[in-house]
Amino acid sequence: MGEPLLELRSATVDYRTANGLVPAVRGVDLRIDAGQTLGLAGESGCGKSTLAMAVLRLLPRNAAIGGEILLGGENVTDMSWGRLRAVRWAEASVVFQGAMHALNPVRRVGDQIAEPIRLHGKGSVERVDHRVGELLEQVGLPARRARAYPHELSGGQRQRVMIAMALACSPGLIIADEPTTALDVMVQAQVLTLLSRLVDELDIGLLMISHDLSVLASTCQRLAVMYAGRIVEQGKAVDVLREPRHPYTKALAAAFPTIGDASSRLSPRGLAGDPPDPSDLPGGCPFHPRCPSVLPECSGTDVLLRPVSEDRTSACLLEVEP
Amino acid sequence: MTQGESTLLRADDVSVRFGAARAVDGVELDIRAGEIIALVGESGCGKTTLARTLLGLQQPTSGRVLYEGKPLPTGTRGLREYRRHAQLILQDPTGALNPRHSVYEAVAEGLRIHRVPGDERELVASALSRAGLRPPERFFGLVPHELSGGQRQRVVIAGALALDPSVLIADEPVASLDASVRGEILALLLRLRDDLGLAALVVTHDLGLAWNIADRVAVMYLGRIVESGPVEQVLTAPSHPYTKALLSVLPESEGPATVLAGETPDPSRVPTGCRFHPRCPLLAAGLPDSVADRCRTVDLPIVDGASPGVACHAVEVATAR
Repeated sequence: MGEPLLELRSATVDYRTANGLVPAVRGVDLRIDAGQTLGLAGESGCGKSTLAMAVLRLLPRNAAIGGEILLGGENVTDMSWGRLRAVRWAEASVVFQGAMHALNPVRRVGDQIAEPIRLHGKGSVERVDHRVGELLEQVGLPARRARAYPHELSGGQRQRVMIAMALACSPGLIIADEPTTALDVMVQAQVLTLLSRLVDELDIGLLMISHDLSVLASTCQRLAVMYAGRIVEQGKAVDVLREPRHPYTKALAAAFPTIGDASSRLSPRGLAGDPPDPSDLPGGCPFHPRCPSVLPECSGTDVLLRPVSEDRTSACLLEVEP
Repeated sequence: MTQGESTLLRADDVSVRFGAARAVDGVELDIRAGEIIALVGESGCGKTTLARTLLGLQQPTSGRVLYEGKPLPTGTRGLREYRRHAQLILQDPTGALNPRHSVYEAVAEGLRIHRVPGDERELVASALSRAGLRPPERFFGLVPHELSGGQRQRVVIAGALALDPSVLIADEPVASLDASVRGEILALLLRLRDDLGLAALVVTHDLGLAWNIADRVAVMYLGRIVESGPVEQVLTAPSHPYTKALLSVLPESEGPATVLAGETPDPSRVPTGCRFHPRCPLLAAGLPDSVADRCRTVDLPIVDGASPGVACHAVEVATAR
């Protein structure tokens, strides 16, 4: 299928702060082809949102991107502002978390969906209105809801509006940053079903970010798990969830129990300690202070991602190459 | 079953109205000593209002709350005394802690308000270690921003434990925490129950949490409990179509998902008959006319707060056969 939709080669992001450079993303390689879905899992501070926002350079000014971020073969880091504006919405768009804050409270949602279409100069007022109605129907809302203000919509409906906005300029790639956090289970199911259907029907690529492995595995074909600014495991989503190889993935997978699984009944499982501070990462494998299977060598060896079985990579000393 | 001897806290036909909205609409719920109950439901179902009512933070419009068999006091002093026994843990520990107060101050505050006798330093240290912050002295001088999210929630829990309560009411205690930290905080609640006999009502939308720590679960929909019983029974063999739908949409669920359309209706416009009937997949799939008529017109009896129960006309008919 030729050019990948998105390709990251040794991508890094550092934040310049008063206390020096803080590495948020420390060398990530990723690839998404047209119609492919990739879930990026990890906890707060692991760099997953920074990584996703780096794709469209939606980062604060003190962020410095290194390596290559290729969107349709073109390096995002080299783009002029004009080119970047053209690429945003039209080639890739973002569904942000917390639709309540991402939408403008004093503008009708129809106008907000129309904004990217107008920015990209696509047609007359009537044609734009028609397209807005079409988009709303695509996300399961009646076209007349275009006249509603965000506060007149429920949380789930607002998230649908965010998705409609992301689809407005028919991008090839959608980046969804925790699209269902803060939604109830039933509404979460509605939004995930919608996203999966759209990705399927429109043959778009999806990069979805969440801390919940099972949510990602239910929506995405592939799964990458991030810890301390790096990917520590990657593979087919279902396999990674069912048979995690990296001890951190194992802990994440066990954090949300499967109902009916006797081993997790009255036995919640977590990890001692807390995710590390990116400005003060432990030496060696950054996971070693919390790792239940730690070896003496782990504090001195920084392990990079390597293949551990067919279509699976993991960054752990315990895993030997097949 | 009426009030058993071990019933610590009891909601007795509690209703709370805000204008036309029936936030809580007739709830019976018993919390026994040393028991963890999960109260689950979607936002707007009334679970937080019910929790606030159990704490005496909200007056019921009708019905009453009983602690150790006696109605909750209404005066300020009486309520203050009651809140020593029933402590609240909120979802967001960052909001619950004063950013300028040290860990020591945060835990000692409750002791001072309630004029708890004894050596304050010792009481604070003991509460911190019971909450898993050891050695406690190391945390005394720290302020919230020097702590991780999990440690902050432990400080909030220590503040509650310092008063030696008999029941904790926790509103989404792990919803704002990282996945790996979540298990640690849940394990702490479970350990407090095992070691100190501390009962807890955990308000949550997370059925996995109920599976992880609760003995019983009560499922709430639009102001009422629609199904309750032991966790194993309700979560692995649910009876109510709403409970079934909630379980079916969990990402790890095996069978086909029953995604209900729409969202929980407005509590100021509770549907007639069974309040779930406009969204009920059983009714939509077709029930015998005699049952379907009851679903649309006949309100269901209130589920008993102590023994397992289901509020559903279709289930009633099926069990009667």
